[in-house]
Amino acid sequence: MPKNEIPGETPDQVRILLVEDNRGDARLTRVAFGDLGLPCCLDHVYDGMEALQYLRREGRFAEARAPDIILLDLNLPKKSGFDLLALIKNDPELRFIPVIVLTISRSQADINKAYDLHANCYIVKPINLDDFVNIVAAIKNFWLDVAVLPQRKRRSTLDMEAIEE
Amino acid sequence: MNILLVEDNPGDVRLTQEAFREADSVNIVGVASDGVEALDYLRRRGRYADALRPDLILLDLNLPRKDGREVLAELKDDPLLRRIPIVVLTVSQAEQDIVRTYELHANCYISKPINLDNFIDIAAAINHFWTDVAMLPANVNSG
Repeated sequence: MPKNEIPGETPDQVRILLVEDNRGDARLTRVAFGDLGLPCCLDHVYDGMEALQYLRREGRFAEARAPDIILLDLNLPKKSGFDLLALIKNDPELRFIPVIVLTISRSQADINKAYDLHANCYIVKPINLDDFVNIVAAIKNFWLDVAVLPQRKRRSTLDMEAIEE
Repeated sequence: MNILLVEDNPGDVRLTQEAFREADSVNIVGVASDGVEALDYLRRRGRYADALRPDLILLDLNLPRKDGREVLAELKDDPLLRRIPIVVLTVSQAEQDIVRTYELHANCYISKPINLDNFIDIAAAINHFWTDVAMLPANVNSG
């Protein structure tokens, strides 16, 4: 299995959709995931409308694949992170995708609301690079190594079926 | 972090308790051995009138009386209880169980380990992630 990052597709590649309007934070996230040395494909959209188009494969996202996991900032232009979360978790085609809320807000009201809207977990975005790298490593350790993700399981099953045929 | 364990297999209950004993910030506040008991505990019915609301629920899927999937669906549809994170911990590796569990809004799905060492690793990972990394919703004990 190739370990290097290939723009195309490898079966064990993790697909991450990052919904983040802040370019600096998006770059930090990409660098932190890159440092983990894991075959992953991180797509970045800037606002809630774009995220919805990506997930529904509309317009320029017609070729987009369903992500294994979504990293969602709450403060987004056009459509708030909460609105997007509610739409995803009420959509029968999308709601199985784990959504990790990653935001600067420490407000208990925001935390409660995110869980009420079925966020899979809520993480406060760290400010400095070292903490950012640690948080991304913790996300990877828990969500990719401990938890079982739905989409990856489905894909590996499809791969197995393809091999059996 | 207070955890409610919903598990019918006494061996797995013991393994889970043993594994979490190493994690000093975790307290298993209740064990429910079937789905009906889990809902009674969380809704404080009968002998659970004074039960402590957990910060997190560890839920097996295969349970007597009321299946774990039904418990999950009921809890995630309950305005008072749905915010409590539910970690599904089950032996099933079936793809439809995993997808269905996430569709029912389980917070995450973990395959149940087979021996104590693996149980300890999983318990440590759950403890670390849900106490040190993720923020938990406010306890709804007033509800």
